[in-house]
Amino acid sequence: MFGWFVKGATSRVRTTRYPAHDETAPGVTPGRPVETTCDNELLAIGLAATCPTGAIKPAAFKTTADISRCVHCMACTRGENTMSWQADYRWAKWVGDNARRAARHRPFRKSLHIRVVDTGSCDAVLSEIKQLVKPYYNMHRLGFFITPTPRHADVLMVAGPVTSQMRLALLKTYAAMPEPKWVMAVGNCAISGCVFAPSFIANGSVAGVIPLDVQVPGCPPPPLAILHGLLLLTGREAEMPPVDQPLGGTP
Amino acid sequence: MTKFPSSELRNFAEQCQSFGPVEMLPQSDSLVAVVNCPSEVLKSLAEFLVHSLQYNFGSLVVEAPPNQWKLIYLFYGRENPSLVQLWVYLKSDHPRVDSISDKIHSADWHERQAEDLFGLVFTGHPRLGDFVLHEEWPEGVNPMCTGFSATHPVKEQVVDPAWRPARILETPGAFLMPIGPVYADYYESAQFFLETVGEDVVRMIPRFFFKYRGVEKLAEGQPWQRVLLMAERFSGTSAIAHSTALCAALEQIYQIQPPPRALGLRLILAEIERIRHHFAVLSDICHASGMSVPSAQMDILEEQALRLSGQCAGHRYLYGWVTLGGLNRDMTLTALDTIARETQLLAKASATIHSALQFTSSFLDRFEGVGAISAAGARELALVGPIARASGVRTDLRLMLPYGPYAQDTGFLAMTEPLEQEGDGYARIRVLFAEIQQSVKLIDATVAALPTGPVRVEAGGVRGQSAFGWAEAPNGAAFHYVRLDAQGCVQRYQIATPSFANWHGFHIAAENFAFQDFPIMMASFGLSIAESDR
Repeated sequence: MFGWFVKGATSRVRTTRYPAHDETAPGVTPGRPVETTCDNELLAIGLAATCPTGAIKPAAFKTTADISRCVHCMACTRGENTMSWQADYRWAKWVGDNARRAARHRPFRKSLHIRVVDTGSCDAVLSEIKQLVKPYYNMHRLGFFITPTPRHADVLMVAGPVTSQMRLALLKTYAAMPEPKWVMAVGNCAISGCVFAPSFIANGSVAGVIPLDVQVPGCPPPPLAILHGLLLLTGREAEMPPVDQPLGGTP
Repeated sequence: MTKFPSSELRNFAEQCQSFGPVEMLPQSDSLVAVVNCPSEVLKSLAEFLVHSLQYNFGSLVVEAPPNQWKLIYLFYGRENPSLVQLWVYLKSDHPRVDSISDKIHSADWHERQAEDLFGLVFTGHPRLGDFVLHEEWPEGVNPMCTGFSATHPVKEQVVDPAWRPARILETPGAFLMPIGPVYADYYESAQFFLETVGEDVVRMIPRFFFKYRGVEKLAEGQPWQRVLLMAERFSGTSAIAHSTALCAALEQIYQIQPPPRALGLRLILAEIERIRHHFAVLSDICHASGMSVPSAQMDILEEQALRLSGQCAGHRYLYGWVTLGGLNRDMTLTALDTIARETQLLAKASATIHSALQFTSSFLDRFEGVGAISAAGARELALVGPIARASGVRTDLRLMLPYGPYAQDTGFLAMTEPLEQEGDGYARIRVLFAEIQQSVKLIDATVAALPTGPVRVEAGGVRGQSAFGWAEAPNGAAFHYVRLDAQGCVQRYQIATPSFANWHGFHIAAENFAFQDFPIMMASFGLSIAESDR
């Protein structure tokens, strides 16, 4: 046992410095397609057609990309015309109503307790959520904790396209949480159903079942994006800046 | 493709004749035997295959009518490297066939699944119903049947409030403890009913398919490109294995062979995926036994593997690489060098942790002799992957039915299957550690000998109709069956996943142990529910 103590004590600190500083290590995010200028509309339509999930929309002289539909297949980065690709991770977005948003800071500024429900996710999303309590991301330092019971939870994190057979469990978990409570959809399956829903067995969006406050897009969203979602909920981070603004720093 | 002497298969054909009027269909691949067999002969022939010739039951694929039912019973050899398919035809108005699961226990869940999804009746099966589709699903609606709409939501039926799960144990003081589908931390959704009279778990009854997304139904009528997106994403932690298996099936239908460089790169990606998966499982194992420092050390390695994938392959879970005819893009020399260098470091660090764990008695106490599965038990339930290997049963498809780069007889891939005999939790841990080392060796050898050239060949027209593709996923053997129409749209898709096979054997490990061992058993199995539920 003493050996483990020494091993633990002598391992250097690995934890990311986000949100105080940007994380720049390679491989922390798959990146996302961003607005790209095209020489003419025909090229824009052609580029949009490469996307199998309709995440890219053509416009005059440019294409726009919707990260909440992107499945990171990278089809738009092959071929002659390619989408611009940006390796950021501040992807979380507030989608709940504004009154709730204005009221959120007071009780939740410092700390959140989180309950995770898997409603048909692909395991990769859960694996990324797990990374948050592991050494590299360690969300405990920011006051975020996973709680075993919904009675203690402030935030419900939902992953997966809400299958029929998990809907009841999701509703019961939500009902068991005390007010005020917040719901976060993690991953594109939970936001739009991605490649799996809507279908005969899955609803395809958390918002169709319970009121949704924050969505974290990605397939799967990297741990930093999920962390950004939690910080957004506490009001300690702002939403994703528009593409033409420079990245970096907390607002 | 390596050709094996098919003398065993010829012998097999002769032996088949003694069971009844069966017909061998000619195959282009000497690994594969297809037997057209009447439903009366099915049971005795399947029994002969499994119990005399040491075949594993792989999958039961059902093709629904318009014209007739076609059932494909898939077996793969543990001793002989070959794949045997038994084809059984049933009249469209008579969806009944004898159950084989009283003789071949591993077919049990496959039959229950086919009953729920297709409405086929397996006469003699002791327990049908309430498997894939739970109590809210209306009776008599079978989603996989032709004519059922994949997009139209089904009206759920009202559940009888008196409904209770079936119980087996009836004795004074017996009670049933339900666990799940929502867990204390972030485990995937599944339910386990533990029946007990005190401390020990007497019966463990799992309930899966809370996460059933109907991937196989959604695939119907879609172009293969779309199905490939689903094959990658239905179990995100084994994306490369499942996309490789689907593409292997498609490549047989299109009759193309990916270029050697693509095969080499597929091997590298598959082994990185295996390394990451095993790190995650080992971390969960250490966490379940309360070893926080080793668990954190494994977590560090897991995130390093994820960042390595992100840096060199552009995606942390390696999405968007494998495609029909090879790969979507090539890997740069720098990326390959980084992979070779970094995986060596990961292997070294994991070996250090392994050797330290071997001398940590509080860790060993929780795993030695716990959740043991005998070799006979593993064979009977056709367990696959690291779990079967820990019980001394060879099931590695990379060696048994070598595909892609594993089939290249070049000597540098002299790989051995790590085998243990005890079958307990500790044996499973040793197998996982040994496989990490072996994967790193495979990556190293492949990077050093990677040929140059293109990474993709263009596919011509559809040449065949249906095929099986397979791959050794991190959890074990995965088989993908696919049938295409002339335009390249998928008409029928079925996946047999390793987690599905292994969850079937989980009760052996969990029963007759105390409650507090249950999380440890679950961690040491390290299975995915997304993969099993599809």
